Parts: sequence; C-alpha cells; structure tokens
Amino acid sequence: MVVTLKIDGKEVRAKEGMTILEAAKKVGIEIPTLCYHEGLEPYGVCRICSVEIERKGKVQVVAACCYPVEEGLNVVTNSPRINKLRKVILELAAASAGEGVSGKMRALASEYGANLSRFRPLLSDIEPTRCILCGLCVRRCVEANWDAAIGFIGRGVNRRIVIFPEKETLCLTCRYCRDVCPTGRACPSYGPNPPFPTVDDVIAGRA
Amino acid sequence: MLGSIKRVNSPEDLDKIAQEVKERETQYKAIISFCTSTGCVACGAKKVLEELRNEIKKRGLEKEIYIKETGCLGMCEGGPRLLIYPGEIPYFRIKPEDASEIVSSIVEGRVVEKLLYRDGATGEAYRTLHEIPFYKYQLRLLLANNAKIDARSIEDYIAVGGYKALAKALFQMTPEEIIEEVKKSNLRGRGGAGFPTGIKWETTRNAPGEPKYVIVNCDQGDPGAYMDRAVVEGNPHSVLEGLIIGAYAIGAKEGFVYIREEYPLATERMLIAIKQAEEYGLVGENIMGSGFSFKVTVYRGAGAFVSGESSALMTAIEGKVGEPRPKYIHTAVKGIWDKPSCLNNTKTWATIPLIILNGAEWFRNIGTEGSSGTMIFSLVGKVNNTGLVEVPMGITLRDLIFKIGGGISGGKKFKAVQTGGPSGGFIPEQYLDTPVDFDELTKLGSMMGSGGMVVMDEDSCMVDAARYFVDFLLGESCGKCIPCREGLRVLSRILNRICEGQGVEEDIQTIEEISEVMRDASLCALGRTAVNPVLTSLRYFGDEWIQHIREKRCPAKVCKNLISYYIDPNECQACLLCLRECPTGAIKGDKDQIHWIEQEKCIKCGTCYQICRFNAVKKLSGEPIPPPPIGMKPIRRGKEVR
Repeated sequence: MVVTLKIDGKEVRAKEGMTILEAAKKVGIEIPTLCYHEGLEPYGVCRICSVEIERKGKVQVVAACCYPVEEGLNVVTNSPRINKLRKVILELAAASAGEGVSGKMRALASEYGANLSRFRPLLSDIEPTRCILCGLCVRRCVEANWDAAIGFIGRGVNRRIVIFPEKETLCLTCRYCRDVCPTGRACPSYGPNPPFPTVDDVIAGRA
Repeated sequence: MLGSIKRVNSPEDLDKIAQEVKERETQYKAIISFCTSTGCVACGAKKVLEELRNEIKKRGLEKEIYIKETGCLGMCEGGPRLLIYPGEIPYFRIKPEDASEIVSSIVEGRVVEKLLYRDGATGEAYRTLHEIPFYKYQLRLLLANNAKIDARSIEDYIAVGGYKALAKALFQMTPEEIIEEVKKSNLRGRGGAGFPTGIKWETTRNAPGEPKYVIVNCDQGDPGAYMDRAVVEGNPHSVLEGLIIGAYAIGAKEGFVYIREEYPLATERMLIAIKQAEEYGLVGENIMGSGFSFKVTVYRGAGAFVSGESSALMTAIEGKVGEPRPKYIHTAVKGIWDKPSCLNNTKTWATIPLIILNGAEWFRNIGTEGSSGTMIFSLVGKVNNTGLVEVPMGITLRDLIFKIGGGISGGKKFKAVQTGGPSGGFIPEQYLDTPVDFDELTKLGSMMGSGGMVVMDEDSCMVDAARYFVDFLLGESCGKCIPCREGLRVLSRILNRICEGQGVEEDIQTIEEISEVMRDASLCALGRTAVNPVLTSLRYFGDEWIQHIREKRCPAKVCKNLISYYIDPNECQACLLCLRECPTGAIKGDKDQIHWIEQEKCIKCGTCYQICRFNAVKKLSGEPIPPPPIGMKPIRRGKEVR
C-alpha cells in the first residue's frame, strides 16, 4: 500500500510502514538525527528528529524516526519552533555530556546555534561524560555480536553504559561502536575512550 | 465454597449462590464490616479486629455477630473503622479497648456515642453513614459494595449481584454489542488520559494478530494516591469481572493484572479472587458453560513509577526493563510481544460490569456531557476529612474540598489543589468552581490523572511544591530520552537554586524554554506532563517566584535558606524547653533569662518552632532579624525580677 503525504510542501509517495524520516530521505529532505542509524531499529530517544505534523487539524510534535507515514499527513521538518526545540535539546544533552563532544553532535550544535556550555555551570559538580546515552553503541553491539558486550545500567540520571567483564576480549577486537557514536565517546580510532566501566565496578560504586 | 453449588454452570447458579449467602446472613443479629485495607491496618486495625473476635468468642456470640473483613470504607484518617449492619452505624478511630463496648452495644441494641463521627464545627454526632457530609455528597458506585463484601469471598460478591454482568455479556450479547454498549456509555479511561474505552477495545479487536491480550493497570505510584489499590483491596472481583467481559468483547484469551510490588495486600486479594473464580468456573476453560475460555496472570511490578505508563508496563511484562517505547502505533495494535493488547486502568475495568448491567444510557446520565460516570479521588493534604471519595464527574472542586473534605484543616486558608498526581498542575482559588472532568482540568493546565487530589493551604510554598514534584519525577524518570532526563535534571538544579535564594531573573525564562521542549519532545507522558506543576505554579503564583528571586523571600516561610527563626522577647517565657532541645546549641539564654537564637549556629531544623508552647518562636523571611536581647533584664513572667 502506498500513501501520499506532504513533507515541507513536497508531495511524497511512500510505502505504508515507512517512517517520516525514511520518506523524507527519499525526496532528499534531511532530518537531523543522533540516535538513529540505518539498519538498526529506531529507538526514538534523542528527539532531535522531532518534526511538526498536522493531523485532524491538530499540530503536534513527533519523532520522525519512529512515526509511520499516514495518508494525507502534512509534515514540517524545519520551522522556528522545531529549530528552537533542536537547539535546546542539544544544549540539554550537553549539560552532562559537556562541551567536549565531537562528531555529529558538534556539527549539529553549530548548525542549530546551540550553546553547548549553556547549562554546564548548573551541573559543574558532574564530570562531563561526552555521552548522550543515545544507545547506538549498545544496539550496534547487540547486532554485531548477537551477544552484547555492553549495556545500560541505572535509572534516570544514573543511567550509564557498562561493559560485561567476561566480554571484554570480544570488545577489544570489535570496536563497531566507534563507527556509530555521534559524540566521540567511542573514539573513531580507539573505540570507547576511556573504556566503559564494568558492570561490577558500577554496582559496587567503584566507577 | 459454602453451599450446594460447586461450579457455576449457568447464570441461574449465580442466583442460587446469592440466595444461600443471604439466607446465611439473615441468621446473624448483626454484621460488622471491618475495614482491613492498608490504610486502616496502618492505623492499628489488626489489633482491634483481634480484640473484637476475642470478645465475641468470649461471650459465645459467634452465631449472633459476624465480622466481614472489607476493603476501604473511605474517610481513611478516621481509621481503624467499621460499620455495623443493620443500621449502617459508622464507628471511627476505634481502639482495641473499645471492643468490649462495641460488642455490648450490639447486644443491647444501642450506639457507642464516643466512636461516632462528630462534626468539627457543630459537634453533631452522626448515627448513620449517609448523614455524614463526607458521604452525603458522594455517589459511590465502584466503592458501593466495599462495605458489603468480604474482599476474600467470591460468594459475597455474587450475593451483591456479582458476575451477573458477565453472564449477561456471555449469554445475551455478542462481542460487538458489548463494544457498542461501552462506546455508547462514553466511558473514558480512568488512568488519566481519558481515552474513550470503547474505541480502544474496538481497535484491539480489529487489529491484526493473535493472540490478543487484556491488561489491568494497577501500578499506581503517585504520592498520596491509592484509589486503584483500594478498588482491588476492597472489591477485586469487580475488576476481574470487567476484565473477563473485556476479554470476551475483544477476543482475548489471556489477561494480565499488573500490580505494583508495594501493594502486597492488593496482590494477595487479587490472587485469592482469581483462584476462587477459577474454582467456580468463572475464569479458565469454558466459563459458565458458554464456551469462552480465559486465563489471568498476576504480574507484580518491580517498583518503578514509570512502569505505570502503558508501553513501559508491557515491556515489563515481556520481562525487560520497564521503559516506555515510542507508541505512535498504539499498544492497542502492537503491545505485549507486538500483539494487540488492551490496557485499561483498574477503575475502568471495575466500571464495566456496572455499564453492562445497567446499560449505557444509565451511565451517561451520571456526570457531564464529555465525561460520564463517577471518579474516585484520593483527597489528601490539608483538608479535614482525608480519604477516598467517589463523586460524579462535574462536581466542582469547591464542593469536593469544602463539602466532602470539610474544608481546610486548622482553620487555615486554601491556597491550591493539585489534581492528577505528581505531574498534575496546581489550581488556585479563583478556579475552585471549575467542574471536575477530563477536559476542564486540562484547560487549567492540570489533568485528571488517575485521581490524586492534594490540597495545600496558605503554609505551602508553591515554588517549593514545584521543586518537590520535579525532584520526585527526576528520581522516577527512566532516563531513556534526553528531554525528560536532562530537562528534569536541569530544571531541578534551577528550582533548588531558587529555593535556596540563589535564583536569577533569567531563570524563569529558562524554565519556560525547557518546559516547552519537555512537553513537546519527550518520549512518554511522564516527561511531557512533568512540567505541569512548574508551569501552573508560574502561571498562578508568579508573584511568589518573583519574591523568591528578587527579594530572596519565601512568603509562605517554607524554603529553609530564605527563612530565619527568631524568638520574640515579649512572648518568651524563658522556659528552657527550646534551649535544651536545640540540636546545635544555637539557643542562648538561661533560667529567667529571655532566650535568643545565635543565627550562625542555627540549622533551621524548626525544632524550637514546633515545641514552643507560647508561640514565641517566629519565622522571618526577607526581613531583618531584630538584635538579640543581650543585656535585657532577667525576667520571671508575671513579675519583674530585681
């Protein structure tokens, strides 16, 4: 089944089940993303891909990476509201990640005029992590190894990424995460830098 | 099982069971409905119950007086409490030593005056439940049977007409007719969002994929709210009956009851209910001989507030960490293991049997045009009568708080009411005449939520209240998406800074900016609604924020860093009480010597303020502290000391 929708005024025909992000890409409209990677299940947590949609006369903001296309949908990917939202999200992400991020996040920050130091003074007691917990490394790891060496631990602000000690050797040889990390936490040449703490160290409070 | 019926094989069997229960009950001279739900147990109900039982046994009255262990009877601050039938005589704040008096009074046919509820203002005592203003203005439908049934007895439930709706649904209605009836009733989800239940059911029924699931959401984690717990503790079969009817209508063969770990009594009673229903053939294979089969599993939550969010709850049932996922494709279509799953709140399910039995028309006539039926609120905070109240939708906040709640406790002034749990907004006095329903509360920037209602008086600081709820939600956010995790973290830092007197003018704009992003872009409703308390506090109590930021003053005198304690030398009786109790030795003075506080040493714990018998300790905010009365003449109140 094919549906017709409008993205930034352009008429787009897309297969049912496609997301707004995929449909936009088809017609050359780039929507920025951080936690999205082609070939991995959309995760929908960075919210940078937020776009405005008009549905039944109501305008709402949705994550383009997850929202399935619908007949007659009117999508706006670029508006003052959306741009401001992306700017603040980047600034919020940098509150704990710090200004020292590189890669895709740094590029997006300059594109949207985000001041990555904006909220840092409020969290000056927290060491910058250079990580926005987008989960790409974790998901990439599961897919590459069928058996993840890293995973999430903790809830809320205590959420972080840990390595399972028995898989450390596996981790040393793979390094797939460095290809997907949008912030440079997993460094393009060395992989995770510094290495992820082990799950035991985090539980014991050593890391 | 009490009588001739071992298994319900037809609707007529239900009538037979009901008849047997009624016959048994008429043998007793009196029936005591004794609340053993969590609230009353916390007040010491177990001990009272034991004494009552002993007393009855001692006097050999086991065949005369029968005790039912019931669920919540409402007005929880009056616990432990009971009702005596016939007469529906309500007793409050019962102590173990009252047991003998109660039993004597039943035998002698009189009333124990001292245990009756007395009106705080007029001193009038109420001899029956329905005269008490707290109950007079309520419409108790879901909670109606709480007093009449032992929560652990399926026979009691059947005796009040239980499982008749199920029989009607299975034998007289098609699944489509049931959905049509629920749609017509205009029942909206009681969990907070108010989504039309009938439409949700239809979506799940029509969604491709088998098997389909039905789920009861009893993972209520709001501070100060316990409606869902009370429904399950008091009348678990009503929830179960609703669930089975829903399963039949939707075409589900399996259901889950998700109860949070912190509700052990609710879990226990639900498990008993399911077991009894299985024994009677009301759950399991070939229910009542209708050919319809249905299995229920109780799933205990692992203690995360966010697991009450539907997609997080389903993820938890799948055995994963309870975190929400994007649900642009509704869980009704793709839920547990990507199968169509219909999740409803506990109260929604419990309402279903009423609608099926009495008809959609009856239900629509209760409440308002947009929100029909009743809603259970847990009315807590600074009101005289706290407890569970069930009222028709559309009642005004003023009636709820002042007529049912009996007004603000301690003669203080009303300041705000927070509806809908920790992510609900604060509603100020000028909107007290707003009718309570889904749409009206949303218009005010708050929400219905699942029915929490916290009343605040003039001693509450609205900046501090906003800070409290942001901190609560910060602790409960799963941390998956950036706007919620980082937004709450930054908001919390800013709000704490303001409460500490370090706020700056730009903070308000920053708060608004972050709030907008959280509301628009968060992954689930936790993040999207988390800013309601902050935004409504800003909207309705903006002055207080300005006073905190500009004048470094907390008008309600709550924010620790913005207040000082001061002993009024004209009131101080030099009694030494505060001086001895002060944990840091900040209070100076002596016998017959006016006390004063050394501000540098004071940690503002408030001990002196609370224990002073003469109201001599004052809280000051934003004003200079008068100098200590050093050199002041020693005093002995009443006569000057030379």
